[in-house]
Amino acid sequence: MKAFAEMVFILVVVIDFSLLVSSRLKAVIRAAAAQGALLSVLPLLLSSERVEVGHVLALSLGALVVKGVVIPWLLTVAIREARIRREVEPIVGFIPSLILGAVGVALAFALSNGMPLPTPEKHDLLVPTALSTVWTGLLLVVSRRKAVSQVIGFLVLENGVFVFGLLLSDFMPTMVEAGVLLDLVAAVFVMGIVMFDINREFSSLDTEKLSAPKD
Amino acid sequence: MLFVVLAPLAFSVLALLDPLAARRPRALLAGGLTHLAGVGWLIVAAPSPALHGWLELDPLAKVVLPVISLLFAACSVYAQGYLARRRDRDNRLFVGGLLILLSAMTVVATSQHLGLSWVAIELTTLSTAPLIYFDKSARALEAAWKYLLVCSLGIALALLGTFFLALASASTGGPHSLLLSDLVRAGHMLSQAWVRAGFAFLLVGYGTKMGLAPLHSWKPDAYGEAPGILGALLSGGVTSLGFVSLARVVQVCSAAGEAAFARDALVAMGLFSMGLASVYVIGQRDFKRMLAYSSVEHMGILAFGLGLGGVATSSAMFHAVNNALTKGVLFLAAGNIHRSYGSKLVDEVRGAARRLPVSGSLFLAGFLAITGSPPFGPFFSEFSILNGALGAGRYAVGALYLIFLSVIFVGMGATVLKVVPGDPAGAPEVANTRDSLATAGPPLFLMALVLALGLHLPRGLKVLFDAAAARVGT
Repeated sequence: MKAFAEMVFILVVVIDFSLLVSSRLKAVIRAAAAQGALLSVLPLLLSSERVEVGHVLALSLGALVVKGVVIPWLLTVAIREARIRREVEPIVGFIPSLILGAVGVALAFALSNGMPLPTPEKHDLLVPTALSTVWTGLLLVVSRRKAVSQVIGFLVLENGVFVFGLLLSDFMPTMVEAGVLLDLVAAVFVMGIVMFDINREFSSLDTEKLSAPKD
Repeated sequence: MLFVVLAPLAFSVLALLDPLAARRPRALLAGGLTHLAGVGWLIVAAPSPALHGWLELDPLAKVVLPVISLLFAACSVYAQGYLARRRDRDNRLFVGGLLILLSAMTVVATSQHLGLSWVAIELTTLSTAPLIYFDKSARALEAAWKYLLVCSLGIALALLGTFFLALASASTGGPHSLLLSDLVRAGHMLSQAWVRAGFAFLLVGYGTKMGLAPLHSWKPDAYGEAPGILGALLSGGVTSLGFVSLARVVQVCSAAGEAAFARDALVAMGLFSMGLASVYVIGQRDFKRMLAYSSVEHMGILAFGLGLGGVATSSAMFHAVNNALTKGVLFLAAGNIHRSYGSKLVDEVRGAARRLPVSGSLFLAGFLAITGSPPFGPFFSEFSILNGALGAGRYAVGALYLIFLSVIFVGMGATVLKVVPGDPAGAPEVANTRDSLATAGPPLFLMALVLALGLHLPRGLKVLFDAAAARVGT
């Protein structure tokens, strides 16, 4: 079990890197979907006997459906409608953002060594993976121009928060966890509506084109 | 207590289902007034906590909840006039969204559970983002997008911070809970490193919601493009709740012995916000964006007061009330002026006092009040925050505070004095937009409250502000 969980964590970080370098939006959406699907296995792998099986299964299935299927599908529809394929001219280039990502991952590992966990360890790699993924998501949101890319960045950030939340699954009511999933749907849903309107008015999902109000 | 949460929701369902556009604003009015009555009853009856102690009318809630309820009621009256003039726009989402916002704000104000607060704060973002796009223009769309993205990012980081605090509570002997009373009781049993990390992330998260610099980037666009009602509710209601939520986190930090760290961060961020606002407010040609920077400034003042502790924190509570009411006046009056001239640029708007005698004068009076002129309420709260800083021997930060206040007074004054006096002849005019009872009455009412708070602060309120400050800890 433990070795399998380690594989998952490593793959999640590898996907973080691949998200930072690819310019084809379809590939980015697929990578984000794969990351979401991978994460949905973690509640099963890391569950302790203190938690009811029902909660673990619900969390795992919920994550798989929302992060792995529904949202990637919505995003695919969005790029098909808008006929965009690539992220062109990101604010921070692909190679610099990869380097920044690597620095963030290194920092995440260093930081989590310096912050001893007050709870019994779930897995050595959990905290660094969570922080790396949060960092990758932040980086994607601020360094990309297309609305779709920014939404993907937000999802990756939420994936990182989800991984961290697994630390608390033993003693926190599932309400907080359910809140995460619900919120994700709601946020992207609203974002999707807004994006749809951006699309109608400008026939492209480039947020840079919309920058009339300036100081 | 659940009544004041559920009643607005019920009215929002009514409004969302109602096929008749002309009838929907009445649901808003009914929701606002019912809520106000409910909150009044809560204050008098002081019921026991609801939902296993998750919702409670603690002193902080007693400070903000009545103000928000009053502000919302005033806005719901104003909406009767405003929406009657905006028949061209579908108001279904607008009315429904505002009522959901009211319900979410009530939960944030009374929530004693950090997880629940977080969910409700996210709901305030989701319910208001589509409303910014009420005008359906390209600029409004960009503003809504920016608001949604920046606030969602902030809120995601706030969730991570909340998880950090939950982890801090899970040390051996810890409460394993996110209930404020449990966390405060645990005190030093909390893992300090994680409390510190949690505060840092929550400061960024809820700081985004408050619009503290440098996390304020959504504010000028959102306040500039949103209808006046929404501006009033965001700058008076939602941002005040960001402040209250942050104060509750500081409460946990104080209990865990990490108060010094939290307070220094708040003072620094507060002063930075005021400094940034003073730079951007000078030469501002759009009077609604000017109000956005004024909001950045006042959130800075609140953070500054919260960070100083003691008398200054109690005054910050007073200032939260003053700011909410005065921002209501300013945004509603600015909305009236904007509607009448069809423009919010100082090059095209002049003579507002002549064309709109009530709204124009209120805009001027609101400006004087918010920049801290006597005898209005904000003068006393801003002054006693300064007193708190000097009393604590912090002369350098006190001096900076005073300098920023003066610069902002001059900067805002230059813009306001282009709008209010003068001859309106030749300026653009939209038909049928003169002051009416519904559009000018509510800001007048709020202004009267601001003046009353300045002329006489009831003893009960003073005690309440002190109690709220004491709860945050020293």
